[in-house]
Amino acid sequence: MKNKAFLSGNEAVAEGVRLASPHVIAAYPITPQTVVVERLAEMVEDGRLKSEFLHVESEHSALSACMGASSIGARTFTATSSQGLLYMAECLHYASGGRFPIVMMNANRSLALPWSIYGDHRDSLSQLDCGWIQIYVEDAQESLDMVIQSYAIAENLKVLTPVMINLDGFVLTHTYELVDIPQKDEVDKFLPPFETPYKMDLENPKNMGVSSSPSDNTEFKFQQHKAVLDAKEVIKEVDDSFRKAFGRGYGGLVDAYLCEDAEFIMVSLGSTTGTCRTVVDELRQEGWKAGVLKIRFMRPFPEEEIIEITKNAKAVGVIDRDISFGYEGTVFTNVNSALSKAGANVRSLNFIAGLGGRDISKESIREAFYDLREESRGISKKRVKFLSLGVSIDE
Amino acid sequence: MVEIRWHGRGGQGSFTASKLLGALATLYGGKHALAFPSFGPERRGAPVLAFTKIDNKKITDRSEIRKCDFIVILDETLFSENFFDDLKDNGRIIINSATKEVYAKYDSRKITVVDASSIALEVLEKPIANTAMLGALLAVSNIVDLNAVLEGMAGFLKGDLLKKNIEVVQRTFLQCKEVTS
Repeated sequence: MKNKAFLSGNEAVAEGVRLASPHVIAAYPITPQTVVVERLAEMVEDGRLKSEFLHVESEHSALSACMGASSIGARTFTATSSQGLLYMAECLHYASGGRFPIVMMNANRSLALPWSIYGDHRDSLSQLDCGWIQIYVEDAQESLDMVIQSYAIAENLKVLTPVMINLDGFVLTHTYELVDIPQKDEVDKFLPPFETPYKMDLENPKNMGVSSSPSDNTEFKFQQHKAVLDAKEVIKEVDDSFRKAFGRGYGGLVDAYLCEDAEFIMVSLGSTTGTCRTVVDELRQEGWKAGVLKIRFMRPFPEEEIIEITKNAKAVGVIDRDISFGYEGTVFTNVNSALSKAGANVRSLNFIAGLGGRDISKESIREAFYDLREESRGISKKRVKFLSLGVSIDE
Repeated sequence: MVEIRWHGRGGQGSFTASKLLGALATLYGGKHALAFPSFGPERRGAPVLAFTKIDNKKITDRSEIRKCDFIVILDETLFSENFFDDLKDNGRIIINSATKEVYAKYDSRKITVVDASSIALEVLEKPIANTAMLGALLAVSNIVDLNAVLEGMAGFLKGDLLKKNIEVVQRTFLQCKEVTS
């Protein structure tokens, strides 16, 4: 029986968490993530969710508490955003190095200064190297589904790595849409209780959270790196089995839309992909061979998929909702690294858009496609261009 | 795609109306919808915006609404003549006002005036005009079938409140149907 509801992205995440039944939730509210924490607190209060809810005093404590609980083999959840994510930065590395399979929702929001509560990807992309698996979702349904999938990925013994699910602040967290809520018993079948031999256990004592010396640190870091690389296969397997169980799948590391014969491909993360799909549909009607490539996972990075999907394109654009000051967008750097390793000589352009919540309009995406077409015709365009820039200094 | 912008003040229920319409259109009307508030801080009494996008296919466009099919104004002090520029060619403003004559100078194909507050006060005994304005919007738009809405409201309201709100929706619906037909 289908159970459908009209939910916001935040509420969809909370429903996903309810279905995954973590033992421990420790979270601190922050705009635009607050509703996740509120809904989970309500569910624990009214008994729909049998979790220990820890009302901590900071994000640093939230993630620390999750690590403590995870070390005895508990399933844990936290959620944060922006400044809160940065406040737990120290613990992010601790959690991945400790191989704690924590799942966290991050509501993508700009970073101060200037102070801004609105969305962009500068918070999570600034933490790309913290060892977490990073997912970027496009709508409320994918938000709910990926909470469930994330536990299956994180808790796989080949992976044992924390997962960060990123939702665009407001555009996803505060937008209501139709969501199919899976049945609890079906989720229980898909996601059995977490079992790990690597936990604090009185019967089988061991040392966790150790110090290392120069003679063994590299081995730890090599294994950590390998685990995130191994996650690539696990991510695909989990998505396949999720599709079998619930009739929905997302394609694993990337989602390519109309890319098979595309001459011009726009790469994007998160909700921007949806608007890109609309623009690509319009361009196709006008005779363009245009496509959009959604990067669903920034770590592990879908290098092989990007190379394969863009191999026949004339030009590739990358929309970044971030800027690495003094260089270019971080997604662009990563995509170009993949393309150059393959020896591909496809032209690529970077479009910086949607910083601090600025609308990414259909017109601005269209303009980016026009730039790709000109670039492919040998008319050299700016390699890093700010879309919808209000000042003329860039031109 | 039908694009609707709601104007009200914090506490008047404009976002609730945009959300209710989206929920009814999807759960009971077989459509796809997105409903969202104007992003940012919310304060009681301050001007707020809300939006609903409704279509027969999945809506992937997450950009802001530029041109509207309908602009619904719960609080007439927020009305501006510039709103007419935000309408699509066949777009229409629906405004809550007890003084119809103030708006008589505008093209009647572009604006519908409904005294939603009086109906709300009479039936609900509260000046909460959001469901009354929803009824008016349904009358001029044909976005969702009235019966689907009345059936669907039972999923969100209960008892006396449900009965009274159904009455409110029916009254503004009929009133605006007569005006526009």
